[in-house]
Amino acid sequence: MQIAKIIGSLVATQKDEGLRDHKLLVCQVHNHENKPKDQYVIAVDAVGAGPGDLVLYATGSSARQTNLTKDRPCDAVVMAVVDSWDQDGSNVYEKWSE
Amino acid sequence: MYLGRVTGRVVATQQYEGLEGVPLQVVQPLDETGAPMGGSLVACSAISSGPGDLIHYVDGREAALALPDETFVPVDATILGFVEQAVVGNRNLASDLEPSR
Repeated sequence: MQIAKIIGSLVATQKDEGLRDHKLLVCQVHNHENKPKDQYVIAVDAVGAGPGDLVLYATGSSARQTNLTKDRPCDAVVMAVVDSWDQDGSNVYEKWSE
Repeated sequence: MYLGRVTGRVVATQQYEGLEGVPLQVVQPLDETGAPMGGSLVACSAISSGPGDLIHYVDGREAALALPDETFVPVDATILGFVEQAVVGNRNLASDLEPSR
């Protein structure tokens, strides 16, 4: 999985039938020092994440392994909201201290 | 599968059902010389690995199949095992590499 911060959501009424009842999130990918990279992903929300959350998202066909995205045209799904993240022995992110 | 070094840990209580109790660890992939290769990623762990460990992991859809309990989960990287010995040419990567504490 990759780590990303949700910077917005995306609404598309005219879209593939398979994605009709899915919430689409705009995620900015972060590197391992929790710095934003110039890389964005549109992912289906499977855990009720919202703007400002730091999340994990899975890509590829693994993204279709949820009840929400099974057999749907989806290659990225937000599957966890990060509470805390320790890297190389130090804490780089703490959700409740932001 | 790929060689990697566990460099960090992630805690997520709000996650897709079926992933409860599955450790999430940050992995830096390593190439055949043991040098970092590409960016880090977050993997589930099917073993008791921790930061500093030399491991091998599987990515893609098969990663979910390596999990002990629920396997219909959106996971695209899972740590499968510790690497005690990785011989490349005449070098044993496992003994040459100093774990980064």
